[in-house]
Amino acid sequence: MGADHAEINRHVRIYLMVFASLLVLTGLTVAAWKWGPAAVGPTIAVALLIAIVKASLVALFFMHLSAEKRLIYWVLALTVAFFLALLFLPILTASNAITL
Amino acid sequence: MLIPYVVKPRADTGLNNGKIGIWLFLASEVMLFGALFATYLMMRLGSSDWPVGTTYLDPRWAALNTIVLITSSVTMVMAWAMSAKRNFKMFRFYMLCTVGLGLVFMGIKYIEYTAKFDHHYYPSTNVFLAIYFTLTGLHGLHVLGGMIVNGYFALFGKKAYNENPEWFTNRVENSGLFWHFVDLVWIFLFPILYLL
Repeated sequence: MGADHAEINRHVRIYLMVFASLLVLTGLTVAAWKWGPAAVGPTIAVALLIAIVKASLVALFFMHLSAEKRLIYWVLALTVAFFLALLFLPILTASNAITL
Repeated sequence: MLIPYVVKPRADTGLNNGKIGIWLFLASEVMLFGALFATYLMMRLGSSDWPVGTTYLDPRWAALNTIVLITSSVTMVMAWAMSAKRNFKMFRFYMLCTVGLGLVFMGIKYIEYTAKFDHHYYPSTNVFLAIYFTLTGLHGLHVLGGMIVNGYFALFGKKAYNENPEWFTNRVENSGLFWHFVDLVWIFLFPILYLL
């Protein structure tokens, strides 16, 4: 017996909406790069913000994280903590905050 | 011997073991790419004249590849949905579309790489190109790996599907999680390497 067809059809409708959103956001990424702020700082901020929104949509809906079990959330929370620590190291180094 | 809890979830975790396995694997993948992103950050922050991506790269190819990968993520979830609905014919169709779009992605990457080599741009040319080739090369290997697994399910999955469709659908979901992760990495690579 397959999974509930009505439930899967509901999923499919959501997938198509997410797909459309991702295409719009990709266009927005290119538009912001072409016609957005000239300064490097704001350009990076806008591009990364759009990328984070796109990645969240993929993770929440395509990877089913919007309705996942608690164990997965714990695994991911730990991963995000270590990932941020990894990114923070070069920033610390560049800001010369580490002194001996 | 069969791995336990590959079909029905364990009572304590509420998950089948395959799903826990793939998420742990993806966690290790985040750290693998994370180390390279940190390297990129280190190089960029430490450089006084970091080139804009367009100096060496054409964002039009990357934008097209972004659309290709996003579309392949949709065909991937559609393949899972069709397997869950017990429609193998449509599952195979969507899975082959996913593999086909992966091939298109690799084809575009081949065009991009060839253009770089024609201009004598190699990983050894400078730090920007070194990190570009490393990140996109590693990502490309992941696309290739996903295509092999998805291609296997599409072409040789009928027997496994007939024997236990629920287990088969779980396996498709797990390979889909990997495929979406590959898409997710590209979503960040596109602006970081090509636009900024």
